[in-house]
Formats: sequence, C-alpha cells, structure tokens
Amino acid sequence: MPDPRLLTTENLTRTVDGETLVADVSIEVRAEEVFVVFGPSGSGKTSLLRLLNRLDEPTSGAVRLGGTDYRTIAPRTLRQRVGWVPQAPTLVGGTVAENVAWGPTLRDEPVDTEQLHELLDRLGLSGFADRDADRLSGGEAQRVAIARTLFNDPDVVLLDEPASSLDAQAAERVESLLADVMDAYALTAVLVTHDADRARRLGRRGVRMEGGRVVRRGKSTDVVDASASS
Amino acid sequence: MLQDALGYVQDPIVLEGLAQVGAATVLAVLVVLLSWRRGLGLESELSGAFARGFVQIVAVGLVIGGLLAVPVVWSTLILLGMVGGATWISRQRGEGLPGVTQVSFLSITVGAGLVVVTMTAAGAIEATVRSLVPVGSLVIANAMKINSLALDRLKDELRDKRNEIEVGLALGGPPRAVLARPLRTSVRASLIPVVDSLKSLGWVWIPGVMAGMILGGENPVYAALYQFVIMAMIFAAGGLTSLLTSLLMGRRVMTEAEQLRRIGDG
Repeated sequence: MPDPRLLTTENLTRTVDGETLVADVSIEVRAEEVFVVFGPSGSGKTSLLRLLNRLDEPTSGAVRLGGTDYRTIAPRTLRQRVGWVPQAPTLVGGTVAENVAWGPTLRDEPVDTEQLHELLDRLGLSGFADRDADRLSGGEAQRVAIARTLFNDPDVVLLDEPASSLDAQAAERVESLLADVMDAYALTAVLVTHDADRARRLGRRGVRMEGGRVVRRGKSTDVVDASASS
Repeated sequence: MLQDALGYVQDPIVLEGLAQVGAATVLAVLVVLLSWRRGLGLESELSGAFARGFVQIVAVGLVIGGLLAVPVVWSTLILLGMVGGATWISRQRGEGLPGVTQVSFLSITVGAGLVVVTMTAAGAIEATVRSLVPVGSLVIANAMKINSLALDRLKDELRDKRNEIEVGLALGGPPRAVLARPLRTSVRASLIPVVDSLKSLGWVWIPGVMAGMILGGENPVYAALYQFVIMAMIFAAGGLTSLLTSLLMGRRVMTEAEQLRRIGDG
C-alpha cells in the first residue's frame, strides 16, 4: 500500500537576520485532503507555505514530497508538482487564457486549450478566455489565479488565504468553486487561513501556528476552537 | 611629465584663452549681481560653482597635458583607471543588487573596451594617448551612465515585480523566462537617452565634438561624420554594457535553487 503521506515536513525552520519565521514545524499532508494551517497574522503561516514549494530556503529541517527529499528534485519540477496560489492574484497583462497558460508558456510547452476551457468552466469563468485580465473583478482575478495554478496539474496545491482580500459575496463564491474543483480533481491542498469558519468548512485536519511554531494539531474544528478559547 | 604640462602653460595661446575666460567671467559676474539685486541669495553658490568649475577644468587640462607625453601603452592603464572610477560611481545606483561591483566593472570594461579596441584597429581612433584617452573616456563615461540607468531601473523592477517573478517561478518557469520582462525593461530604459540623442542628432543639437571640430576649422562634413562615429561608439558601448549587465545580473539575482534573492535597500 502506498504511503498516504504526500507532503511532510520534519523540524522545518527558517531564520532571517536572526528572526525565526518558522520554528521546528513538522506536518504530514495526506493525499486528497485539505490540510489547514490556521493562525493569526504574523504567525508564520505564509512563511511556512513558501518553504513548501522552495520559494524560500529552509535554515534547517526537511521537506519530503512522496517520501523524497525535495532538495533532490529540480526546483522547476518541484514547483510544478507543488502549486501555489498567492494571496494576491498577481495576474500579468494579456487575456485570461494567456494568464492561465502562463506556466506552460514560460516553460515553452504546448498549451492544451481544451483543458484550459474546461478549467475555466469549472471555476465559473466560461466565456472569459479572451477577456482582458486587467478588467476583472477581485473574485474573478482570484479564480483565474487558481485556474493558472491548477493548469499545471500539480500533486499538491498551496492556498495562501485565497479569499481574504475579497468581499464576503466574492469570497463565498471563490470558496464554493474551490471546494467543488478540489473535489472534482481529488486534489491535495494546504490551506493557510486566519478565518475560523473557512478553516472548519474546507479542512479536515490541520495545525494552529503562533510565533512561527505549531501550538496545536488535529481536526480542523479542534484547531480552530483552541484558537477561539485562547 | 610635469615639465611637459608646464610647457603647455607657457604657450602664448594660453594667455589668449585667459582673456576669453575674463570675458566669460564678466558675464558670470553679471548673473551674480542680478542675483544679489533680486535678492535670490544665490551669489555665494553661483560664484563658488563658477570658480570651482574653472579650477577643475584647468587642472584636468594640466593633467592631460602631462599625460600626452607618456608612451601609448599607458593609455590602457589610464583607461582602466577610468573604468574603475566609472564602476565606483555606477555601483552606487545598483547598491543592493548582488555582485553589483563585479558586474559593473566587467560590463563597462567589455562594452567600452570592445568598442575602443575595434575602432582603434579600424583607424577611427588614432593609437596615440592624445586620441585614445579623450575618446576612450567619452565612451567609458557614456557606458557608465547607461550602466547606472540599467541598474537603477532593474533594482526598481525587481522590487516592484517581485510578486510577479515569484508567481512565475512557482509555476515552474525557468528564471531566464521569468526575468525576461524586467530585464528587457531595464535595458530599454537605459538606452532611451542615447536613442533619443541619435534621433535628435543634428537638428535639435550639434554635439560637442562636431562643434569643437568646426570651431577648430575642420571640414564640417568630416566633422559630422566623425561625430556620428562617436555617437555610434557611445551607442555600441552603452548597448553592450547594458545587455551584459542585464545578462549577468539575471543570473546573480537568483539562488542555485532558483529563488529570487532579497534586493537590499542600498
């Protein structure tokens, strides 16, 4: 039976200019689950996420993808397998389709337009392919950013507060479409959030971080409740 | 070398030049008086700058006068010294970028050096100190300016577009492709002044070398051709410097694990 732990960290630590951003964090993300990293602003959630696709280098500790130390995987391959949806959509100029296809375009690979349109449909963006990316609403732009990451066909998706900058209605729409698409593609995700309700709704298990450390782990409901009581 | 420089001072034409300086000084004094009369409070700054400029330029004249007597191989050392100075000034614009001193030195040396060597071999620059030093310095100074502009713009681009660059990397993009846009923008921005100079050459301004040659009684058509050669050298040296800086910087700003380094505040 294959190891169900798809992404693991062992005593992961990152220190910058004497400040410890992530301290001794060990987590196990299982295949096809949404693993929640919950905590207040400045607790090290985003710093941890940036270590998982090696956008930043750990000071010590290890990250394993499917049991393999990620330092033995070429960075480009690793980042294709561990996709990242940043907090701000950060779209580049051009059309929605060009943005979604940015990964293969950068790598000089052919673009599967059929898959691209299917992904746009799933994220409620039917008919958006030729629209100017600069003219999208916040919610639409965030959905394009999600589609852009998923178009790389990653094994794990890192979601950094994907709806935190949106108004309630747009956030709800993004969240519900995200839940559908995760389900449809049987995706594995690490969701960073400071929103207790979102953590409860989207995740099964997770950790709560404070000051760069994991202070509680378990079911997402427990992680969130511990926060509420503190 | 000192005696050679003093020999130039004793030339009767220097007296003529001093008389011309006197006439120009009268006009400058007029400006200072007007400033005093209008209560602008700029008299001290204006007269200070005027006197300082005079002393500096005469000092440079004396140094060049002395240098004209040294063997031609010294030109290389003199020009390398100038490249060192240009590197020192240019690096300040790119402070915070990794390896900015080495990159600037290499780019200016290769950019300006290649042009000076090629044009000397082609006979456009005489292989004498009298020609190599002033023309070489002109090329180096312009390569420096273009390098500074490229570094300044690149630093801004890397800071402003950090999110975009990191999204590109996170999508599995090769650094070369992810950095293409900011690097292109910095090269383009650095070449705007020299491209605009070429566009306006002759009808908006008559550059110094051509003006000087015409004033010196040279054939105006030859003066124009030589001025164009100078502009082409500046364009080539600047373009090579800027492209090389962007190429080398594109590698230095990334770690081995293809992470964008932090760009300092410098």
